Amino acid sequence: MTALSFPSAPAGPPPALLATTTSRRRLMACAAPDLASHLALVGPLPDAARLPGVRVAELAAEAGLTGRGGAAFPTGRKLASLGEAVRSGRPPVVVANGAEGEPASSKDHALLAHAPHLVLDGLALAVRAVTGAVGSSAGGAEAHLYAPAEVVRTLAPLLVERAAAGVDEVAVRSTAAPDRFVAGQSSAVASAVAGGPALPRTPWPPPRLVGAGTAQRPGRPTLVMNVETLAHLGLLARLGASWFRSVGTDDEPGTRLVTVSGAVRTPRVAEVAGGAPLADVLSAAGGASEQLSALLVGGYHGGWVPFGERAPHTASLPHSGSALAPWGADPGAGVVIALPSRACGLRAGADVARYLAAQTAGQCGPCVNGLPTLAEHLEALADAGAAVPSRQHSREGLARRVHELHRVAGLVDGRGACHHPSGSVRLVRSTLMTFADDVQAHLGGRCLAREER
Amino acid sequence: MSAVERLHVDWTRCDGRGLCTELLGELLAEDDWGYPVSTTGEVAPAVPRRLQRAAHLAVGECPRMALSLRPAP
Repeated sequence: MTALSFPSAPAGPPPALLATTTSRRRLMACAAPDLASHLALVGPLPDAARLPGVRVAELAAEAGLTGRGGAAFPTGRKLASLGEAVRSGRPPVVVANGAEGEPASSKDHALLAHAPHLVLDGLALAVRAVTGAVGSSAGGAEAHLYAPAEVVRTLAPLLVERAAAGVDEVAVRSTAAPDRFVAGQSSAVASAVAGGPALPRTPWPPPRLVGAGTAQRPGRPTLVMNVETLAHLGLLARLGASWFRSVGTDDEPGTRLVTVSGAVRTPRVAEVAGGAPLADVLSAAGGASEQLSALLVGGYHGGWVPFGERAPHTASLPHSGSALAPWGADPGAGVVIALPSRACGLRAGADVARYLAAQTAGQCGPCVNGLPTLAEHLEALADAGAAVPSRQHSREGLARRVHELHRVAGLVDGRGACHHPSGSVRLVRSTLMTFADDVQAHLGGRCLAREER
Repeated sequence: MSAVERLHVDWTRCDGRGLCTELLGELLAEDDWGYPVSTTGEVAPAVPRRLQRAAHLAVGECPRMALSLRPAP
């Protein structure tokens, strides 16, 4: 995968300008390589007297901040949810999750490379929120940075720098995340920072209540938050909820980082207003480089939205959960992949399905068996439209495969310890729905994308 | 009258031994690969009163300790 980065920009605006501007560049305006330049740019965090823990969670709720790792869970509620477990006397664990297992996403990597201190500020605030909620000191709480090994290595000096400056109540430890799709699922993260394997666990009881325990060491309530969510929290704490809401829409307030790739002029990580029209999201990457037929929105666990000549109306469709729901998509972790008209959507869907099948952690039967079955049927359907199919296909055989795709998708959906089987099913169902005309063409040995060329 | 319970499978433990589908055939069938799948269409089926005894038996007999009953939320 090619690492994308923020486009080079002059040093960001001073804090006063940041506070008044309605620019969409917020996180991206905070690029600072070291603590001194970070503090010069955005100022210190308000201390616990001015911004007590309970206010941190309230502020996130007032701002309408939601998780940027994919699930879009309300951050305020998440921060408040540890209260009960922590009140029972077990010190909490808070994790900044930068694992970013999604191959089409680079925004967390780019953020950690350019504005790491903003993320670590957010982590400090989350620790304050979950410990401050009980009015105790942070005694016993743990803060973790969970990210790919090379990121952990690069950021090690920063953690030393922060410890020396005494900016964090709780020193941050780091844990290397393995390079696999499911390593960023929250139960896998909770397990990894507790010293176990980075594999999803059964989601009950949830990690936020019990963490990931071992025989030697009982679990502790564990809060896993995406690094971009934490960076927003770091700015929000300084500038307030109404500042946060001054960009974006009512249901998608603030900005979000997106990774735009595929058939666009300048594939890159960009920051866009929440709920921006899909055409604007593409423009942030220089716009389409050729005629498009669809966008894969939300990543490999996301959905296809028809786009371009086939569906002129979706150019103005908001990049929001509610607007994208009819297509089985949501903004997810901000991934947008532009599919050119000359590429077959069924082939693209089959390639993603095959990748997802290979990324099963191998723990849950319906996922281990179901995902390869789905990939095989989708691959055969894609192959039937090829100029020279790799084997013979009958219309009846292909129609049976389409029926099997729907039936097996129903067998896999929801039947696993993590979101991987359900997310994979969503991609398969969306492929069949958005490319329904392509399915009909392939049943007869034709391919709409081939006819476009 | 006791609260409604739902039958949950810990998929990281289940390896499709099949005892539960025998003991609780009205609620669980085998899927294409031999793993228990609810006959009601729910991922975690609600257990009707008359099947409560059989459900508790299935939970107790699962050799992988993969089945559990939890109060419905």
